[in-house]
Amino acid sequence: MGPASLKTELQSALSARFGSYLNFQEKPAPELLFTGIPEVDAIAGGLPRGCLTEIVGPPSSGRTSLLDSILAAATSAGEICALVDAGDSFDPETAAAAGVNLDQLLWVRCGARPADALKATDLLLQGGGFGMVVLDLGDIPPRQVRRIPLTSWFRFRRGVEHKPTCLVAIEQEPCAKSCASLVLEMRRQRECWSGAAGCSCLLDGAVVQAARRKPAGRDLTTKAQRHQESFLVSSCLGGSTRTA
Amino acid sequence: MYACIHCREGSRQALLNLAFTFSPRVEDTAPDAVALDIDGLERIFGSPLALAERIVRLASDAGLRVEVGVASNPDAAVCAARGLGGIAVIPAGQEALLLAALPVSLLFASSADSRQSSAEIEETLRLWGIRTLGELAALPEAALSARIGQEGPRLQKLARGAGCRPLLAFSPVPGFEHSLQLEYPVALLEPLFFVLSRLLHELWAGLEARALATDELRLRLHLEDRSADERNFRLPFPLRDHRAGLKLMQLELEQRPPQAAVTALWLAANPVEPRVLQDGLFIPLAPAPDKLEVLLARLANLVGQENVGAAELLDTHRPGALGMKRFTIRPPGSNPQIPQISQIRNPRPFAKSADSTLLAFRVFRPPLPAQVQARQGRPERITARGVKGNVVSLAGAWRTSGDWWKSDGWDRDEWDVALSDGALYRIYCDRAARAWFIEGLYD
Repeated sequence: MGPASLKTELQSALSARFGSYLNFQEKPAPELLFTGIPEVDAIAGGLPRGCLTEIVGPPSSGRTSLLDSILAAATSAGEICALVDAGDSFDPETAAAAGVNLDQLLWVRCGARPADALKATDLLLQGGGFGMVVLDLGDIPPRQVRRIPLTSWFRFRRGVEHKPTCLVAIEQEPCAKSCASLVLEMRRQRECWSGAAGCSCLLDGAVVQAARRKPAGRDLTTKAQRHQESFLVSSCLGGSTRTA
Repeated sequence: MYACIHCREGSRQALLNLAFTFSPRVEDTAPDAVALDIDGLERIFGSPLALAERIVRLASDAGLRVEVGVASNPDAAVCAARGLGGIAVIPAGQEALLLAALPVSLLFASSADSRQSSAEIEETLRLWGIRTLGELAALPEAALSARIGQEGPRLQKLARGAGCRPLLAFSPVPGFEHSLQLEYPVALLEPLFFVLSRLLHELWAGLEARALATDELRLRLHLEDRSADERNFRLPFPLRDHRAGLKLMQLELEQRPPQAAVTALWLAANPVEPRVLQDGLFIPLAPAPDKLEVLLARLANLVGQENVGAAELLDTHRPGALGMKRFTIRPPGSNPQIPQISQIRNPRPFAKSADSTLLAFRVFRPPLPAQVQARQGRPERITARGVKGNVVSLAGAWRTSGDWWKSDGWDRDEWDVALSDGALYRIYCDRAARAWFIEGLYD
């Protein structure tokens, strides 16, 4: 018997005795922000506002491509976004090519100082008014990110709660534990090269896979098929504009 | 009674100064004319004629040649000064009679009457053969209104010298500045903020009393070593909250404290009209401007002024060229990239095909020096801080160079490589330095 049916049966059995006390107030579903990639929206439905979303994956797994797409979708809708760049690795050129309106993106460069990045994120969340706040810890080694106390993540979760802001953290491994409402794991399946091997060729792009790790689906047997999708990210500045 | 001083060759400020020596209620009617309320001045200056003669005499002493008109309303006084010349005192009730011979163009000379349709009405009156104010005053009012609209009866009333508008008193904007000499030098910031708060509060009280805001604050600290430390706070919007102004100053002084103890303070604000903005239900979320300024100051205090802002693409092919500009929020409608309300109300899903998702790049700042083992010029193994692996696939080399006429020109061969550690890197060989670097990774 599943937990849902057990809950319903208990409620029906006890409702005559306790009446309306058993009618728990359901938490309203958060508003979603589309990522701009239909495959990712298909598995996650979008990024929940007022919640913390983690996008995790190893280097070159497509995390930043997904982030640029999300920022492009948000800024094109007129929202003001903020990027806390802990590793000072944001590339405005490829972001602008992906459609990000740089005038509407507040860029905070923290020069590889994660402590400053955490403080800056806290200030941005307390300040309010941003449609999206991104904490980019993608270049910080996982062992250093794991040292971030869980209280910081709780603070972020409380800071963004009940606000129409979407908080996104980019990491190599999930670290926020129960504070994250959505965890997307990125993985690169293969890179795409054009031209014959051994002679000059172009980096055309990569096929990356996005998988939803949290919240998990109810049907565990088909989770792997239902909650992961692959999509192609093509190279803009890496190869297609170059001539072999 | 009202008087008008008309001067064809004088400066506007000189006219205003002249008028203010006689009456506190002065209207800045036009660049060449000012009107003043002379009610109650009889006890000081005598009859209106005596007053007018005194005005002309004083103006003559100042090198101004003026004409003065006195009438029962400001518009008739202006017409008399402009049209009759010299000193013209019109007794009450005789305005229509005395103004009748004046040309009708007088009504359109004043800036107050320079409406968009004035030229058309003037042309219409000319075509009708109306040359003087008397001819205009004699026209039937209903027919005039039917032909040239509401403006017709208004002009006709002015032509009869029966204007009834109040004088629009000109009030010069006072200088909003305060200073304070301290009894003893203050070396610590905390007591300095206390004094600064008081000054700022007084300054804001003056601004609020006149329903004004400020877009620039100037703070000058006189130091114990007899030097002065001046700070300017330029704001992209008119600020009305003095707490935000105080916070901005506190953050600035905490970031760059004065070099010596402070002996005196001087604070000034540039007064501007407050911003009037109607927020809409469907306007996307954005931080409040005053809160955003304080937030930016806090962030600058944390990571440095040069590390906070909006990225700016520079017009150059130089790899890694980057600009940062001040982050500001434009009001809705001013930015063509911000969608209008109709677009927001029916948002189009930002759905692009998967093929159009672009591979992003993460930059290593500064580029990572690397040891590259190459065979026949093609990289085979790369070792750098945090990066180690054999090259699995590669693309290149692409040679780029530029600014060779400058000392900081670049000349390099770029490669895109897939390493055995699973990452895709962009590496380059600096041909001048004969050194390899990792520029960043595709992600």
